[in-house]
Amino acid sequence: MITVLLAIFIPFIAACLVPFIHKYLTGRRIGWFVITIPLFLFIILLRLVPSLADGASYLHTFPWIPSAGVYFSTHLDGLSMIFVLLITGIGSLVVLYSIYYLSEREAIGRFYTYLLLFMGSMLGVVLADNLIVLYVFWELTSISSFLLIAFWYHRKQSRYGAKKSMLITVTGGIFMLAGFLMLYAMTGTFSLQELIAMRDVIAVDSLFVPAMVLVLIGAFTKSAQFPFHIWLPDAMEAPTPVSAYLHSATMVKAGIYLVARFTPVFAGHMTWFYLVACVGLLTMLWGSVNAVKQTDLKALLAFSTVSQLGLIMSLLGVGSLAFASSESTQIALFTAATFAALFHMVNHSTFKGALFMVVGILDHELGTRNIKRLGGLATIMPITFTIALIGSFSMAGLPPFNGFLSKELFFEAMLSLQSSNAVSMDSVVLLFPIVAWIGSIFTFIYCMIIVFQTFFGKVPPPFPGQRPAKEAPIQMLISPIVLGSLVVLIFFFPNMLGTYILGPAMNAVYPQFEGMQGLVPEIHVWHGWGMPIFMTLGVIVSGVLLYRFLRYWKGVYRLGFLQWTLDRFYNASLQRIERLASTITKSYMTGSVRDYVAYIMIFFIALIGIGLFGFQQFIFDFSNDAPIEINEGIIIFVMMCSSVAILFAKSRITAIILNGVLGYSIAILFVVFRAPDLALTQIIVETVTTVLFLLCFYYLPEWKAEHKSVSMRVRNAIIAGISGAVVTVVALLVQGHSMHPTISIYYETASRIAGGLNVVNTILGDFRAFDTMLEVLVLFIAGLGVYSLVKLRRKRGVDHTEKK
Amino acid sequence: MQTVTKIVFFIILTFGVELFLSGHNNPGGGFIGGLVLSSAFVLLYLVYDIETVHRGTPFDFKRVAALGVLLAVGTGMLSLVFGESFLSQTTWLVDLPVFGETELGTMTIFEAGVALTVLGVVVTIILGISEDVE
Repeated sequence: MITVLLAIFIPFIAACLVPFIHKYLTGRRIGWFVITIPLFLFIILLRLVPSLADGASYLHTFPWIPSAGVYFSTHLDGLSMIFVLLITGIGSLVVLYSIYYLSEREAIGRFYTYLLLFMGSMLGVVLADNLIVLYVFWELTSISSFLLIAFWYHRKQSRYGAKKSMLITVTGGIFMLAGFLMLYAMTGTFSLQELIAMRDVIAVDSLFVPAMVLVLIGAFTKSAQFPFHIWLPDAMEAPTPVSAYLHSATMVKAGIYLVARFTPVFAGHMTWFYLVACVGLLTMLWGSVNAVKQTDLKALLAFSTVSQLGLIMSLLGVGSLAFASSESTQIALFTAATFAALFHMVNHSTFKGALFMVVGILDHELGTRNIKRLGGLATIMPITFTIALIGSFSMAGLPPFNGFLSKELFFEAMLSLQSSNAVSMDSVVLLFPIVAWIGSIFTFIYCMIIVFQTFFGKVPPPFPGQRPAKEAPIQMLISPIVLGSLVVLIFFFPNMLGTYILGPAMNAVYPQFEGMQGLVPEIHVWHGWGMPIFMTLGVIVSGVLLYRFLRYWKGVYRLGFLQWTLDRFYNASLQRIERLASTITKSYMTGSVRDYVAYIMIFFIALIGIGLFGFQQFIFDFSNDAPIEINEGIIIFVMMCSSVAILFAKSRITAIILNGVLGYSIAILFVVFRAPDLALTQIIVETVTTVLFLLCFYYLPEWKAEHKSVSMRVRNAIIAGISGAVVTVVALLVQGHSMHPTISIYYETASRIAGGLNVVNTILGDFRAFDTMLEVLVLFIAGLGVYSLVKLRRKRGVDHTEKK
Repeated sequence: MQTVTKIVFFIILTFGVELFLSGHNNPGGGFIGGLVLSSAFVLLYLVYDIETVHRGTPFDFKRVAALGVLLAVGTGMLSLVFGESFLSQTTWLVDLPVFGETELGTMTIFEAGVALTVLGVVVTIILGISEDVE
């Protein structure tokens, strides 16, 4: 089935086409082309949902680099399906919304190219079965996120935010890659499905814990978990559709995906449970506490996203305990936690997406998102207000919205820890429900802030640049309305989602419990007067009280707070690294070509010389050598004379001519040895080089006698002498040894294998085509480099003259 | 000199193309072909001034180089589409009007990419520096 592969590549292909189509579909109309892609993918993938619910999964493998165990394999199962639907579904809505959000003056084509690039990479992340493929797409999402955050690159904050998110997520990605390589070292496979099957082998390996920690660091950085969350608030500099899409609905959930995906590999070990659950809960508490103090609505939503991601993460941590339990009632208790995690993740995407779009509308219509400048909008923007109300109350965990259901499940999961055998000894675990409860209270408070401080109260005095408040155009309201209705619909029909979407995903997270009774629990809107409902009531009561008296205790936030020190730590270490790097670079980048040649030669001597030293067998075998003819001897003599003469040349032109003599002699030597290809190339290269030299004459300083110190001259002489010696020794040794089986057999049959009689060319174009391709690339990059350096220099020169 | 160049230019160009096409079985190939082609252009620039040549060759050599890279990588990718491994080449025989029976294959396209890249890069560099002189 090709659908899965297409799903990954269609966005990439479309991204390439956007600039061309943009010429015909000018302005915002390009958006209508872009929206067809996620919509189309959403529909064709939605058609696979019933078959997945029946337990099917789609695995496809194409060889990519088979010699290294890297296959381009994709795997579509229930867990991937949730994400795929979120990516394409929310993607369609976000594109629709962005069509009217962005103004015509922006670089709309660029925006959609990046967005599609992201969409394709994200689909790649969740559909990849091979870890290397997953890693590649993982980093691609970081890069596209970087590009999108820096979309308004003329703003300093945008560039800062983009760099920060890139540095943190990519560094995390590299840690993750190290973890993947360790997994490969343990099992010899990069395939996720095979890794899951080899769970027992991995569990007893000494690399088990390091690999787990590394993979988790990757997941935590991507999902903005404490203490890596600092990038997410700064990422809010991106246009709001991007924040809604990448930084709340999809990309930040890649870490959640990774943890869920690796649960069957790593879970069961207590380290996994404690790391995931504790980091998750801490993040949840930290995010919600910080969200309350924000005055920028988008920053508030950013911290709330951090907090909600922490919540989902902690649920996955609790869910992992199912692997450590043996009784079936316990297993069902903990699998319910994972179920709650997946459920809440879907819910979060709906209500947070809607909220982000609401904030975007406010920003778009009023020109501000500062809550101090907002107020009393409920009557002016009734539809926006309704959506904000739905979104916020859902996030706060109130009925009749989907957030209520998942919040109840969350409390239940946290409480279930007390009755577990595996961890009941530990008193830390008893704190979990309390932390969860406190975090929820703060969540409640900031949800109230969004609703009441924006839409109720007095209309604040106008500020400069304010636009008159009016309801947003209907085109911008469609997407948030769709999301808002989903929030309500899921509340009333949660089990439809549970059976068809979440159920197959549960099988993917718990492959060994597949088909177990209670793995996919029924979601009840009302489940009696239990502890969870009392906790929710407690949240509402204390939340309302604390919100009422917010201004009395808000001073608490002025106390020294870790978030700022973390940010400061990031900034300071970045500065220090930059300073260190520039010191080191300046110490050896002298700007003198002579030094650079010396570096190259020293490196060459070290590499080859040490290799020779380890080689130790010095056999010189001259028996197979052809006798040296007299004409060859003459050519060599000419070469020797000219190279020695260069050293004593008095003018530059003499030196160049002598160098030319050297080059042409080599060409003649090639002719003598019947290598026409080489000779031809050598001659043309010499010619072109001479032209280049003529051009460069203009810049080169006068050829003066060098007044270098004696030690310098000795140093240069030594380097030159040794490199000559090394080359000679290597050339002589090559004849005497055959370390590898000969490959000339390939060349004899070249015409048959590669369809060409010219062996040199078949080597270049077929046997070693990969080298040639990369060389061409390098040549091109070098050419561009030279070109831009020359151009840049000239520009600066112009500036100088102007200054004078 | 200019008159001679007008003729020589085309001779060199033909020679470059010939070298590039014959590369499969005789001395020649993409790299050399590209170099010869670029030396033809360099000759033009030496003889005429840059503006004249620009009028005669209305294309950007940076783009030529980019096209070359695209071709070289593209042929590699193309083999993926046909289910072969990356960069595997195929050949078939084609009768070309001037050059007689020539073996054309994906390798030829690959080599064309190499040639175009070399041509583009060499001319770009030389032009970049020489424009700077003025």
